[in-house]
Amino acid sequence: MSERRTIRTDYLARVEGEGSFSVQIDGGRVEQAELRIFEPPRFFEALLRGRSFTEAPDITARICGICPVAYQTSSMNAMENLCGVEVSEATRTLRRLLYCGEWIESHALHIYMLHAPDFLGYSGAVELARDAPQIVERGLQLKKAGNELMRLVGGREIHPINVRVGGFYRAPSKQELAPLVQPLERAREAAIETVRWTAGFDFPQHEVECELVALSHPDDYAIERGRICSDRGLDISASEYTEHFEEEHLERSTALHSRLRERGTYLCGPLARYSLNHAQLSPLARELAREAGLGETCRDPFRSIIVRSVELVYACDEALRLIDSYEEPDVPAVEVRPRAGSGHGASEAPRGLLYHRYRVDADGMILEAQIVPPTSQNQQAIEDDLCGVVQQNLELSDERLQGLCEQTIRNYDPCISCATHFLRLEVTGR
Amino acid sequence: MSDQRRVVVGVGNRFRRDDSAGLEVADLLRERVAQDVEVLTLEGEPTVLLDVLAGAELTILVDAVATAGSPGEIRRFDATDEPVPNNVFGASTHAFGLGETIELARTLGKLNGRVLVYGITGEDFSAGEALNASVEAAVQTAAAAILQELSGPASRSERKGSHPCMSTR
Repeated sequence: MSERRTIRTDYLARVEGEGSFSVQIDGGRVEQAELRIFEPPRFFEALLRGRSFTEAPDITARICGICPVAYQTSSMNAMENLCGVEVSEATRTLRRLLYCGEWIESHALHIYMLHAPDFLGYSGAVELARDAPQIVERGLQLKKAGNELMRLVGGREIHPINVRVGGFYRAPSKQELAPLVQPLERAREAAIETVRWTAGFDFPQHEVECELVALSHPDDYAIERGRICSDRGLDISASEYTEHFEEEHLERSTALHSRLRERGTYLCGPLARYSLNHAQLSPLARELAREAGLGETCRDPFRSIIVRSVELVYACDEALRLIDSYEEPDVPAVEVRPRAGSGHGASEAPRGLLYHRYRVDADGMILEAQIVPPTSQNQQAIEDDLCGVVQQNLELSDERLQGLCEQTIRNYDPCISCATHFLRLEVTGR
Repeated sequence: MSDQRRVVVGVGNRFRRDDSAGLEVADLLRERVAQDVEVLTLEGEPTVLLDVLAGAELTILVDAVATAGSPGEIRRFDATDEPVPNNVFGASTHAFGLGETIELARTLGKLNGRVLVYGITGEDFSAGEALNASVEAAVQTAAAAILQELSGPASRSERKGSHPCMSTR
């Protein structure tokens, strides 16, 4: 294997957004892998300057059609951190419930429509639906349960309009949440089936070595709050993020690469969450993970599809628990007065840690914004993994290697552009 | 079974310039369509469309297209009985494209009504809000064509392009 090879895909299918990759191989050795992504947060950082601190949740929600609640929550956490506000337990419960809806929507979409076809030899969900319509229907049923939860608590299923700094515009009554129970119970059954289904796929022997980073909280499987922790001892508040993490611009890439200062590449997302917080999953989710053959940690990106399925069970289970224990807050939102300074917030988007930082003046005008989405944080880990996977499979044809590279990228559920819909139009022979 | 709903759906991203063409068309139509016509905008992933397609007698989708034709060119496809061409709407850069969603609905037996797709060729899909002037003009043309479509008989036959920059297939 002495020739020079380039494995590339100019338009990645079945990932969120637009992206491309190339892997350079020379003399049987992988020289470098590059994942090229478009990063809308950079545009939004500029758009936010000069706007009111109260507008951040609604503006940043527009960054992504799949994980708007993550953007809203991290921005609210940052603004409330800055203004020294603590929301009530009932409000936090409602935020966590809304976030569960987003996890259900996002994980169901990725597992069924984008990722599973890789393991089953289909080019996409449409082809899978031809042979196994009931399987795809199950994925859609799950997604619909997430949509209903988002619609009821957030006001609509995409880009919720009911959230604000300090709480909600309107808090639903306990009675209003009741119609969610049955669909969520059915979704939990579908999620259990999803774990058993994905556990039966064939997986190569593969693990990644890098540091795993996720939020952790003593009281629950961290989603909407927590400290930033790692499996190698990192334990910091969101306010300390920039002291420990840096964004680096590499000449060969248009994207900023996140690194842990003096520690290097790290990985966030389902594998990190599961490995750090396994003990806080619900008993049902833990039992299903055990049944699926997962240990208490998982470093195999291919098996991330099982971990997402376990998190689907957890999100349904947790949503039902939250609805059961919900008490309508006395007021839907607490008053938040602006204060000059910097605020930091983080939460666990379905794809991993999402960090926001804002500098605001005394009137509440945003002077500076920094948004670090999970896919940017994982970019180096994805590129390292591409190098490793290609190096181990050099005997494959270019076509098969390209397919394997695409699957390797999809293992990370990258939200590459967080939202473009334009269609490629190539008309020939007209 | 489809009910009597007629729905216009604009698809796109308001922060990617010409990509918002479909949303702009929907915004224009919202105040101008008959009361029985529902106008929706979809900025997120399009599987929500499955429910729309399953429950409508007529669905008209409007989206921006890239890489062929001149900016502002409008193409109209009837997707009721056959897929929109693979190389047009099948290869969306988003996770699950418009063409795939229509085909998934068809495969699962959820495509019960008539489906028309309008594609507006865009030029600039970079981050930002302003549309290219020719795309802005096409938004008006497409909205007028869709209004005409909604006022005509609900037949599956295709109308030929009613505007110099509009073609059908």
